[in-house]
Amino acid sequence: MEKLIFEYSQEGRKAHTLPDAPAVNFGLPERKSLRLPEVAEIDVTRHYTKLSQQNYGVDSGFYPLGSCTMKYNPKINEQIAALEEFTGMNPYTPDHAAVGLLKILYETEQMLCQTFGYARFTLQPAAGAHGEFTGLLIIRAYHLDRGDTRRVKILVPDAAHGTNPASCTLAGFQTVTIRSLPDGGVDLNDLKKHLDNTVAGLMLTNPNTLGLFEKNILPIAELVHNAGGLLYYDGANANATLGLARPADMGFDVCHLNLHKTFATPHGGGGPGSGPVGVTAALAPYLPRPLIDFQNGEYYLNNNRPKSIGKVHSFYGNIGVILRAYAYLKIQGSAGLKRASELAVLNANYVKARLQKVYAIPYPQICQHEFVISVKEWKKQYGVSAADIAKRLMDYGYHPPTIYFPLIVPECLMIEPTETESKETLDAFCDAMLKIAAEVKTNPELVKSAPHSTIIGRLDEVKAVKDPDLNYFA
Amino acid sequence: MAYFPHTENEIQAMLQTIGAKNIGELFADVPEKLKNLEFPEFKPVSEIELLAELDELRRRSERQSVSFLGGGRYDHYIPPVVPALAGRSEFYTAYTPYQPEISQGTLTAIYEFQSMICELTGLDIANASLYDGATALAEAVSMAAAATGRTEYVLANTLHPNYCEVLKTYLTPRNITRQKESGANTAAVIFALPDFHGLISNWQEYLSKARENGALFIVCADPLLLSVLEPPAADIVTGEAQSLGLPQNYGGPALGYLAAKKDFLRQMPGRIVGRTTDGRGNRPFVLTMQTREQHIRREKATSNICSNQALCALMATIYMSYLGRSGLQTVAKLCKANTDYAKQKLGGIPDFSVDEGEHFRDFVLHCPDAKKIKIGRPLDDRRLLLSVTEKTTLKQIDFLAETLRRTGKNI
Amino acid sequence: MSNIPEELKYTAEHEWVKIDGSVALVGITDHAQSELGDIVFVEMPAVGKQVAQNGDFGVVESVKTVSNLYSPLSGTVSAINPLLEKSPELVNKDPYGEGWIIKLKDFNPAEFSTLLDAAQYKEKIGE
Repeated sequence: MEKLIFEYSQEGRKAHTLPDAPAVNFGLPERKSLRLPEVAEIDVTRHYTKLSQQNYGVDSGFYPLGSCTMKYNPKINEQIAALEEFTGMNPYTPDHAAVGLLKILYETEQMLCQTFGYARFTLQPAAGAHGEFTGLLIIRAYHLDRGDTRRVKILVPDAAHGTNPASCTLAGFQTVTIRSLPDGGVDLNDLKKHLDNTVAGLMLTNPNTLGLFEKNILPIAELVHNAGGLLYYDGANANATLGLARPADMGFDVCHLNLHKTFATPHGGGGPGSGPVGVTAALAPYLPRPLIDFQNGEYYLNNNRPKSIGKVHSFYGNIGVILRAYAYLKIQGSAGLKRASELAVLNANYVKARLQKVYAIPYPQICQHEFVISVKEWKKQYGVSAADIAKRLMDYGYHPPTIYFPLIVPECLMIEPTETESKETLDAFCDAMLKIAAEVKTNPELVKSAPHSTIIGRLDEVKAVKDPDLNYFA
Repeated sequence: MAYFPHTENEIQAMLQTIGAKNIGELFADVPEKLKNLEFPEFKPVSEIELLAELDELRRRSERQSVSFLGGGRYDHYIPPVVPALAGRSEFYTAYTPYQPEISQGTLTAIYEFQSMICELTGLDIANASLYDGATALAEAVSMAAAATGRTEYVLANTLHPNYCEVLKTYLTPRNITRQKESGANTAAVIFALPDFHGLISNWQEYLSKARENGALFIVCADPLLLSVLEPPAADIVTGEAQSLGLPQNYGGPALGYLAAKKDFLRQMPGRIVGRTTDGRGNRPFVLTMQTREQHIRREKATSNICSNQALCALMATIYMSYLGRSGLQTVAKLCKANTDYAKQKLGGIPDFSVDEGEHFRDFVLHCPDAKKIKIGRPLDDRRLLLSVTEKTTLKQIDFLAETLRRTGKNI
Repeated sequence: MSNIPEELKYTAEHEWVKIDGSVALVGITDHAQSELGDIVFVEMPAVGKQVAQNGDFGVVESVKTVSNLYSPLSGTVSAINPLLEKSPELVNKDPYGEGWIIKLKDFNPAEFSTLLDAAQYKEKIGE
């Protein structure tokens, strides 16, 4: 393990070339100490280089993390996002001096509108969950604007991402959980039972978190709309639908996307992401302000939006991330996006077909971009859990799939290969999965004690919670 | 169209394994009605074409190197080690470090970030970062509301108007409202350091007021300024850390940070990294206290936040490591010296004036007609918000002063 | 096989209750603690809080799960286990003894008959 940067510190050492500090008065008492590292530039460089070597990214290898769409992040995106004309721009730059960037943002919005079928998109939300919150505020504003104050509930299926119910709470709604059918679809009877004039909307992921397309989406949309509610599309799984079925055509009134999933921007080790929100024309007045508009040959930030829910970010969102998605959209074109979805679905079904003789697949039908495995029988028989298999995959050089999600599948592994992986990569991964399956039966201890090849062993997570060490100086 | 490694032969072989005749069969669950719709399409371009298009667009985005624009994002010097190291793709192409055995790089850097934020703020705990300063402040007020069971907040001084608006957007749906005076239902008193106009003022009186009413005291602070000042005696310190090595990016990605007293650990939003042990005698790092978060506690979570701004936190950590105490404090003092110089020079021009007090980076220039001056940000007809950093030279300030002096009467 | 003492009453949500004069002692079952794994935090109500039968009165947390606690009886919380703040693992080690969670007073004895006995609880958890 690499030590901490603080442990390299030597009193009197420095890296920077700044002039001596001038004598100034801040008008308040100055601090006596500040325990930051005192290091040379070479210390900084070697330390963070070593840390990077203790990480695993898409560039390191296959990353079949379900629901996270870890596709390859093209290098041209990085080059474009790093252009100084864009990175160096202050958000208060007058519109006439920012016209190039405004045009890019406007064009990005147009491409998203065409791909998903919406009238307008806001690019302001900084992440998927931020987009959910924004979309729910728009639903709230729509009902209130019509004088309908009764609608306090949002329906959410039991297999939904945890952000859905959490965003509902933040947006002032109560969450009501809707059951899934044995085949993974929404239980229409349960839905009907809950639909009344207190329902503001239904949040759905389609394909759902089991990787299945919601066959009944059109009747579901009709039921919700007839009850006066709106439909919200959680775009976390949009990578299966591009150019094939547009959320707006499915009946979704509001939709958020994750540019860091579907549009190939890197995840950054946990952010920054970007979560644009698209809406139908009826909901466009409520979008956060400003929007970028084009009038009389000029692009401008339009703040004059009286029905807007207001700002959700200090400025216009994660521009650096949007620039990367812009490059991806331009290079792919509509046809490329459609091909991406087709091949993402092909790859998922291929891995599923290769594994299903050995692994229990609770939803055996054709899947979309991802599918789930359940090892609950192996847990009973051999004591091997989904987490054990995940850890053992690291020994074979892979990032593990998502585990223990969705919550409705016990001992679950959720696999999403994405379209950027080749057949050879998928075959090698399947071979590793099949070897592990054999190990479970012949040498379960080997799997239960994995990983064996990583720089650290399994961590004591109980100790981490009970005896929290969150700050080097504490 | 790019980034697909599949050959036609491979696609056929894969379909055969699946037992499907063609790719279309994989979409049998999609209603025919949806599949057959026509919609507008846009054409793919090559990398060369894209770069040529961008070359034109970037020239239409003037980078105003001496714009005197600030107001929340600042043109600080970024040492080359920051992009060079944060640009390593093992960092930027990784997901959230849910698998600690292969994520010690991100986890260690976040632990360092949390520790540095604690040191700057003088508080016990910090999270792994939030979207930006405005949303971080909204999360801080949510925390205060949860911790006190109260539903009001009060602004002690002039907060950035965009922050005020984000607070309103975030908190109104849960009936957490802004009030003019603090009282028995005040969850938090918010103090900006510096305020929207760059003014550094004393928080003591507002702290006492918060304590009197049993409210939490939240300071929304610039971390550079915290590097030189005695840490405020706050319950929560939060704010925007773009000034720690991040470019302005037209406002984002930015870097929200949030630190608190340890009593509020269970109300903290966002990811937190902790140090623990493994079976091999190491002391590795792991995401911890996760039961607060949305993927476990769902509708009862402390926040809906899922991602943080990990890569931005990494950049800030590299920046602070590189500069150290002396560097960070020097940057802060150079900013202050340049602000003092600019105020003195510009405030001395006939018909122009500046406000009393100590200002940091931003300051208001009162002038005959703010909108005719093509520099800084007009606040109204007679006030400009100007900003300087350690990069601003005295010559640039002199030049601005000379220009205003010459043309001032005619403006 | 988990330990299910004959003399206790149970809820379907895996709480147990034991009446001792005017006090009802409440905790979670051996089966529940084993399903949850290492318990790292117990969120307890304030003393004096009124709880309804089947109403939630707190939360037990393991590293990656949370589980609500439901009261077997309606009544008033007269005490919380002071040891659990520092040592939540007592719920794992001794769920029916030192790992008790709350005490209730002024409870409604009529509700007692609506609870599961040991045999019924055993059947409920499929053992």
